[in-house]
Order: sequence, then C-alpha cells, then structure tokens
Amino acid sequence: MEVTEAIAIDHGLKKEEFSKICELLKRTPNLTELAIFSAMWNEHCSYKSSKKHLKKMHTKGKQVIQGPGENAGVVDIGDDDAIVFKIESHNHPSFIEPYQGAATGVGGIMRDVFTMGARPIANLNSIHFGSPQHKKTKNLLRGVVKGIGGYGNCIGVPTIAGQTTFDESYNGNILVNAMTLGLVNKNKIFYSKAAGLGKPVIYVGSKTGRDGIHGASMASATFDDKIEEKKPTVQVGDPFTEKLLLEACLELMADNSIIAIQDMGAAGLTSSSVEMASKGNLGIKLNLSEVPCREEKMTPYEIMLSESQERMLIVLEKGKEEHAKKIFDKWKLDFAVIGKTTNSKKIELTFDNKKVAEIPIDLLAENAPIYDRPWKKTKLPQKLKFDKDEFKSLKLSDCLKKILSNSNISDKKWIWNQYDHTVMGDTIQKPGGDAGVVRVHGTNKAVAASVDSSALYCFSHPLTGGKQIVCESYRNLISVGAKPIAITNCLNFGNPEKEKNMGEFVECVEGITEASKYLDFPVVSGNVSFYNETKDKGIKPTPTIGGVGLISDYQQMLTMDFKTEGNLVYVIGKTDGHLDQSIFARELLNEKKGPPPTINLFNEKNIGETVLDLSRKNLIVSCHDVSLGGILTALSKMCIKGKKGIKINSLKGLTNKYEYFFGEDQARYIVEIPKASLKKVNDILNKYSVHFDELGTVSGQSIEYKDDINLPIEELADVHKYWLKKYMDS
Amino acid sequence: MKSSVIIFPGSNCDRDMDVALKKFGFKNQMVWHNDQSIPKSDLIVLPGGFSYGDYLRCGSIASKSKIIRSVIDFANSGGLVLGICNGFQILTETGLLNGILQQNKFLNFICSNVFVKVKDKQNKYFKDLKKDVLELHIAHNEGNYFCSDDELKSLEDNNQIAVTYCGEDGTENETTNPNGAIKNIAGIFNKNKNVLGMMPHPERMIDKYLSGEDGSLFFKNILDNFK
Repeated sequence: MEVTEAIAIDHGLKKEEFSKICELLKRTPNLTELAIFSAMWNEHCSYKSSKKHLKKMHTKGKQVIQGPGENAGVVDIGDDDAIVFKIESHNHPSFIEPYQGAATGVGGIMRDVFTMGARPIANLNSIHFGSPQHKKTKNLLRGVVKGIGGYGNCIGVPTIAGQTTFDESYNGNILVNAMTLGLVNKNKIFYSKAAGLGKPVIYVGSKTGRDGIHGASMASATFDDKIEEKKPTVQVGDPFTEKLLLEACLELMADNSIIAIQDMGAAGLTSSSVEMASKGNLGIKLNLSEVPCREEKMTPYEIMLSESQERMLIVLEKGKEEHAKKIFDKWKLDFAVIGKTTNSKKIELTFDNKKVAEIPIDLLAENAPIYDRPWKKTKLPQKLKFDKDEFKSLKLSDCLKKILSNSNISDKKWIWNQYDHTVMGDTIQKPGGDAGVVRVHGTNKAVAASVDSSALYCFSHPLTGGKQIVCESYRNLISVGAKPIAITNCLNFGNPEKEKNMGEFVECVEGITEASKYLDFPVVSGNVSFYNETKDKGIKPTPTIGGVGLISDYQQMLTMDFKTEGNLVYVIGKTDGHLDQSIFARELLNEKKGPPPTINLFNEKNIGETVLDLSRKNLIVSCHDVSLGGILTALSKMCIKGKKGIKINSLKGLTNKYEYFFGEDQARYIVEIPKASLKKVNDILNKYSVHFDELGTVSGQSIEYKDDINLPIEELADVHKYWLKKYMDS
Repeated sequence: MKSSVIIFPGSNCDRDMDVALKKFGFKNQMVWHNDQSIPKSDLIVLPGGFSYGDYLRCGSIASKSKIIRSVIDFANSGGLVLGICNGFQILTETGLLNGILQQNKFLNFICSNVFVKVKDKQNKYFKDLKKDVLELHIAHNEGNYFCSDDELKSLEDNNQIAVTYCGEDGTENETTNPNGAIKNIAGIFNKNKNVLGMMPHPERMIDKYLSGEDGSLFFKNILDNFK
C-alpha cells in the first residue's frame, strides 16, 4: 500500500510532519515505517511541545543518582541504598475503560521501576474525577479503584498513599496518575543505554497481541463523541505475569548478564528498541518473525505498535543467552533472541526474511520535531474584598461540618480499604496521613512518599499554583518527620495547541522549577500528559507532584492524631486569613474568583526546617500541615484520628475568626507539644524566628472554641468519614 | 522448630511469612512449588498471594501443583499445616479443609484490621494462648467462607471452628463480619486440628510499628506448644 498524506494524518501526524519525514528519509516511508514515525513523534513519546520547557527544571542535587531521561529517577538514601521512583499518567485509557486503564497504569509504572533493578516497595496514586453529580463519575471511580487494587494487590506491593479529587473539569477526562517507589543497591542499578556491537537483543515476558495498538497516539489526541470506538486501543493487564516478570528480572539482575534493559510501555517494541539504540548511539537489527505472538498472522506493523503489557527488551552480554533463558523458563515466561546491536545507527527490521523497515535512529529520536508553541500568561487575579457582614449569618460549627463533608476534604477510606496497604510488612504509616511511610526492609530507615496537586490554585494562577504544590509536597513529608529528598511530576494539561493551555503548562513548570530549586527538592523523573480535553473542554491544569523523603530512624516518624490530654497545640507559621480560592469561599460563599494564597519560599524553607528540627529532637508528638480548609479543618482531622478533643484558646488580636480558621495561607503546621518540652520548643521557634500561635490544649472529646464551637468529635467523624461511602452506596 | 514456606508462582506473602517465622525463632526454609519433596519440617506454611494468578478459582491450580501431594501426605500423617489467606483457599481446594471461600459480600477487596475470637484452644496453635480476642489484619477479595449445613454442623460439633470475626470486646454479629462469612468464620481446622486455614494475616502484625502486635502472640504460641 502506498503511504499518502491522508494515511499519515490518520496516524496522528500533521501534514508538515509527514513532509518532513519524507524529506529526512529522502523517500516516502512504507506503512510500517510510517507507524514507527507516528509512534515516536507523537506527543506522548517525543515530548515535542514540552521539551523546551522541561529543560529548565531543577534536576540536580547531592542525593540525585539519576535525573529525568531514564525509566525512573534514582536518589541516594545512604548505606548503598537508593530509591527509584516515578509517576506516570494513564488518563485516556482509564476514561475509556476504567478497570484496565487504571490497572495497566499501575503495571506500567511498576515496570519502569523494576527495569532499573529495584524491587517495588510502595505504590501511590492521584486520581481525579468529574463532579460527583455527573452520571459517569461513580462508575469511573469504582472501576479505577478496582483496577488499581486489582493490579497492585496481586503483585504484592502496598499502596501507601494517594489523593482523590472531584471537579467538573474532569467530567469528560478523568486523571489517573500512578507512582511507584523501588529499593535498589546503588551499585546495581540498570539503565536503558545499549552498549557493544553484535550483542543479542532479547524479548521476554508475555506474548505480543493486538491490544493497545495506537495507544500512545490515542493518548496524544483529544476526545470526541466516538471514544467508545477507542476501547480496543486500551491495553489489557495481567498482574500475575507481571509478578513473574518482576521475579525473573530481579533474578537475572543478580549477576552481570544484562547490558541494558527497557520495558515495553507506550509504543511497545518501537520505542523500547529505538530508545536503547539511541541512548547507546548504536543501530539495532530485529527479526520480527522471532517475536512471540499471541495471535496468528500478526503483521510487522502490528508487532511494532502493539502495547501488550508485561514485556521487556534486554540487551544481553554475548554467551549469557542460555543462562538467562533458564531463569525465564523457570518462571514460565517467553524468551526469544530477536535481534542484535549493530553499528549502522539504524533500526532495521526483517520479517519472513524480507526487509520491512530501515530508518536512521536519529530521525526518530533527536530529529523528532520540537515545538515552541505560543502561550499566554495568566494574570494574577485581583484579591477579593469579602463582605464580612455576610459571614455573620454563618455559624462556625456549621461551616466546619460542611467543609469536612466536602467531596475533596472528606475521608477516602472507602478507596484505600480496597488497596492492600500492609503487604511486605513494612508499612508504618497507612493511607490517610500526610504521607505514606514504609521502612527500608531490615534497616532503621524509612521512606515517606506523598502525591499532591492543587488544580484550583493552578487554574487561578499557574505560576503560584506550580510553586504551591511543590511546597505542599515538602510539607507533607516534613509532617511525618521525613527530610524531603526529591520529586517526580506528572504534568496533566489540556491542549498545548491552545495558547491558554500551553501558558498554563509553561507557568506551572516555571513555578515548580522555582520552588524546587529554592527548597533543594529536585525533579528526578516525570511524565507529561497533554490533550486532556473532550469536545473542546479542557481540564483545569493539574500538575501532580510525587514527593519522597527519608526518615533516618523510623521510630521518629510522626503521625497527625492527637496523642495525650493536656498537651499543647501550636500553629507554626503566620495566618493572614487568605480566603480567595479557599474551600470556605467555594462551599459557603459560592465564590470562585480571586488569587491563590501567596507562596513565600523563604518561609516555607525556614518553617519546614524548624519543624524538622523539632521532630528530630523528639519535642513534638504529632504534626499535620495546614492546607485545604485551613486551621479548623486540620485540627478536626487531628482530633478525629486521635479520638481526642481540643480546647481552642481565645485568640488575641484576631481580626476575623472566619479568616483565621478557614484561611488557606501557606507554610503552616500544627504540632502537639508535651508540656515538658515546651521551653525547648519555644527556644527553637525563637531561634529560627518563626511566627507561631498558641492554639489550644488537647482535652476532652469535643472541639471547643468560646461560645462559637462545641462539637463532639464523634459527630465530626461521622460527617467526615461517611461522605464517600454514602455517595458510592447511593 | 523447623518450618517450610511453599512458594507458588504468584505468592506474595512468602517473604513476610519468612521474616515473621525467623523473628520468633523458627528455622525456616523456602520451598519452590516445582520441588518434589519438602525438607523435614514441623510446620508447613502456605502463604498468601495469588498463586498461579488465582485463575479458574482462588487456590485451585495450586491445589493440583507438584508439591501439593507432599503437603497432603504431611497433613495426613499429622504434621502441622498452616494456610493463610490464599493458603486457606488452597487448603479448601485440596479438600484438606471443608467449605469454600467466595467473593466478599460487598464485592470489594478489603484491607483492614479485624478482631477475631479464638474459639478453640484444644490444639497446637492456640493452646494456652493468653488472649481470647486477637487483633489481626485481613487483605482479600475472596474471604467469604461458606459451607453446607451438614459441614457446618460437623465443624461445630467437632470444635473445628478456629477463629471468628468479632468486635474488640468479642461480640460476633453482622456488623463485626467484614466479608459475609457464614457464622463469622475467619478460620477453621481439619478434624485432627493439625491443619489450620485462616484469612487473617498474623505475619503482618508482628511489631508495634505495624498495624499491631497480636500476630507475635500467635507465632510464639505455636513455638511454646512445640517445646
């Protein structure tokens, strides 16, 4: 079949891109070659719209062993231990087929991590759905949660934390971001860079089927009414095979047989072979007749584009084939020598003894288009002037109850109860806290991880929003007593061909970069998901930050639940009462305008280090950062978790109690202090010159504040804990 | 006391079980499913996970695996066989234990702490256990125990019900039943009480930094009874 411009466009390529391909090749590509170009040049694989901006990110640091560009990032946690981690999106497939979409998202990210030689030790996820009232939301949520659980539970990796939000902008395009952390000896990390000539290229794992063909191109396009037709582009996962693949790969990695290894993720065999050759500055020759196929009469085109799951490509040391085969036989996995490395710097494919494709690697990788797309700055919205007389009709306790039962604040136990969060026997902080924490098996160390995003702030002002999520992640780690090390990010945005969406991306990245630089919290891995748009309606910009931190002695881990009657409670950090973009403004005043709270990076760092110092010296017994919903919301969670009340002091010089209790100013933590530690705590707070308020005392079974609030904890727990369950059962 | 943990492809609590057994002083070894025989042991453990992907039915392929003949022979000769979670499902599939484990009542996977009441102490697992109610942990999708009326009567008559789901104070009713199991059953014995299958995971509750420590009591008690 003669390849025409129309066929190229059908493959998601632009007219100009097709001309460029013909020009670079000095001929028209055949259909298989066109497929390879379309897979490598789509947004998902080429980062063509984002590359220019991603380059600016802060990616280096003392503990960084591997930054972006590999299967996952790697950080040093001492004693030869390293943590491999990454977050990735599986948004489009999850909207089309929630169970398989979410499941294969989890499978894919776990492969990225164990490809590097690390055993996965924790999973996290950040999932975002449309309005609870939208007719699709409930089923999508149910399917996604089952899919995440179905895969992670079977592999036996605990899901230790997550985030779930609801917003109408996701009605036609949900977000499913999955993150995995793995543990590796820092001297035994495996990379995807091929090296050496004539080395055997090995295919292992599941057989190749027709599922997932065009998956990566589908992920690089917007949705319309015909999304149901795209179901066949969603991959089907088999966690059992992945578990076998994990064990087999780790067994083979115990010695020095592997030169390079790459999982077959988006764009399957195409991207894995091209990336390995490209990184090694080599060529690669594959005989597609040797690829183990699940279905009959698969064509080279289909073999190259299939996104069948649970497959790996390995460049092996010569002579190690038998040794490797024995291991994969033991685990009953397919094993085939399908090619070798060459010095041609081309990808050469044969099938049935005929050459079916030949493309110089650099045309697919380095020469892939890079766009400097036009973008528009978002102006900082004007700060609102609230009519405070209007507040007077609102009772504080009613406001609190309303906020606690808000879909984005309420307890998500219904979700994480369906995830195995205790397998592997090292989970010391379960979901529901500020961050999940797992011990580094057999040591005193523990690793904390959290996922965060703030689409409302990012939508209102992307630059501030970008900074805010990095800070939020930083705070969540500090709140459990961990020193923040590095982050991974999943950048979920709308259509980059629209100036507004592109601007949101550019400015969020700028914000992320600024904050991560200042806080020495580098980005070591990540993924970009554009075209989150259905019928011209884009999502709110939703960059998700996955943060990782270290607790050098796990006995020093902190939780948020109040511990002991009589202990004092402080808010560290200053409260100005910023209500614009707050849950309070949205829920009680129906006000959606205004700027997000200001970020002061000096304060973030100084206050964060202060709290970390307090926790290292064992002076505080519980800690929780103040974020969405403000002080009163944070306090309620600490009370509910600890099954203890608090008597809040009459606060001196308080301008407005609504602003104080529900304002979402940044860089604040609530800490619980035993009386015996009080003097030392005050000294440290003064030494760092941080502002703090003496908020109250842990006491009784209610939250009490003057005549305004007297709410039994049980009543609060009820509204907080059951919203989601009630919603799902309704 | 010597123990062996059988690893099936898809087992995922094998390491946790190994860690727990060794922590309390068992001399434990791992045995691969394709091995013909099991080294000399005083206790054989079938760990949790998804053996052979739990295809067909949970535990059904494992119940036909190469190693399982040796497990059955060992059990029939009076050896202690403990099946946790997927291990319990395998034991019912082999016929060493009665009944079946069907999907949870509310159709969801459940991962949560639970309390269980120890119903019988005339056996090598629970004899002289200091507590009557243990806080353990469940993580399963198919833990809803079911059996025929005759089998249930026989289980009750022979005191073969090992543990039942209950509240912290030992109350057994519908609200303390997480998965819809008949009579709140969380674990049962065979007639001779040398084979124990239970859904809760004691190996996940072995130090105070985890979800709890009652699993420690369980393992220590087996050792104490062996001495």
